[in-house]
Amino acid sequence: MLHIINKSPLGNVSLDSCLRVAKSGEILLIEDAVYAATRGNAFEARISEALGRLKIHVLLPDLEARGLADRLMDGISKVDYGGFVDLVAANKNCQSWL
Amino acid sequence: MKFGIVVNEGPYQHQASDSAYLFCKAAIEKGHEVWRVFFYHDGVNNATRLTEPPQDDRNIVSRWSKLAEEHKVDLVVCVAAALRRGIRDENLAPGFRISGLGQLVEAGIQTDRLVVFGD
Amino acid sequence: MSDIKKFLFVNRKPPYGTIYALEALEVVLISAAFDQDVSLAFLDDGVYQLKKGQQTKGIETKNFSPTYRALEGYDVEKLYVEKESLAARGLTEDDLLVDVTVLSSEEMGNLMDQQDVVLSF
Repeated sequence: MLHIINKSPLGNVSLDSCLRVAKSGEILLIEDAVYAATRGNAFEARISEALGRLKIHVLLPDLEARGLADRLMDGISKVDYGGFVDLVAANKNCQSWL
Repeated sequence: MKFGIVVNEGPYQHQASDSAYLFCKAAIEKGHEVWRVFFYHDGVNNATRLTEPPQDDRNIVSRWSKLAEEHKVDLVVCVAAALRRGIRDENLAPGFRISGLGQLVEAGIQTDRLVVFGD
Repeated sequence: MSDIKKFLFVNRKPPYGTIYALEALEVVLISAAFDQDVSLAFLDDGVYQLKKGQQTKGIETKNFSPTYRALEGYDVEKLYVEKESLAARGLTEDDLLVDVTVLSSEEMGNLMDQQDVVLSF
């Protein structure tokens, strides 16, 4: 399953809850969730730990818009909107953690 | 592949409508079909033709209308959510239509993937 | 059976503070008419939707919580609540106004994986 997250983990529990529930699959960070993918943020350790069992992607246009394209953590892949579409198509189902 | 899209937030206030639009555009460019976009909650505010953004800003409403016209995307606004928020046939932008919540469930049944954009 | 899809409505927001819980419930009621395989999941603050004893007179808003008990009449009988979310809010199954199945986080994750359509508001 593709889990789509759109909120910063420093202000909202969506990503935290997703990591608690999802044991496998893929996560795409969009909108304000892209902050989770940056080096030095307080949630970084949780992301690193999750990378062992989940694939994590970030929507690059959202990361660029927020001035953080040069701070992307290792192990997270960048996608554009076309890549977003591919991820939805490649997974059997998807869920937006609103 | 056939996609259904749900938009739960209004334009300008939240990025959801922009993200949904850019997703639709990319899907169509890749040869997929966007079968229906369903506007719910404050998302119904994407459908008012009374919207007038400043000239240097994107026009979110007319962008949806154009997508509907060029790619035959069915833009459906939930009637109950719309009436609550003052969206009616009189102020509906081109390409949008008002219908029931069943159209959302139907989108889930008829499409290969349903993607939700919201808060 | 192949034309029946598994729909899961994921509720993660509390009632009244925003309209999401109420309008989510409205979709659930409509979905019952489509003869699909419908389940509801409650996680995080969404578990507060099911809290017994809601009194909304003072905020002049309709109390829609009795509707959860009416879902059975619409053949919507699969309500799942995540155990960790209840515990984190000092709640137990006895605090809920309707019968539910309590799942661990991992079981909730598995339930989500099995769905065709996951709707959240």
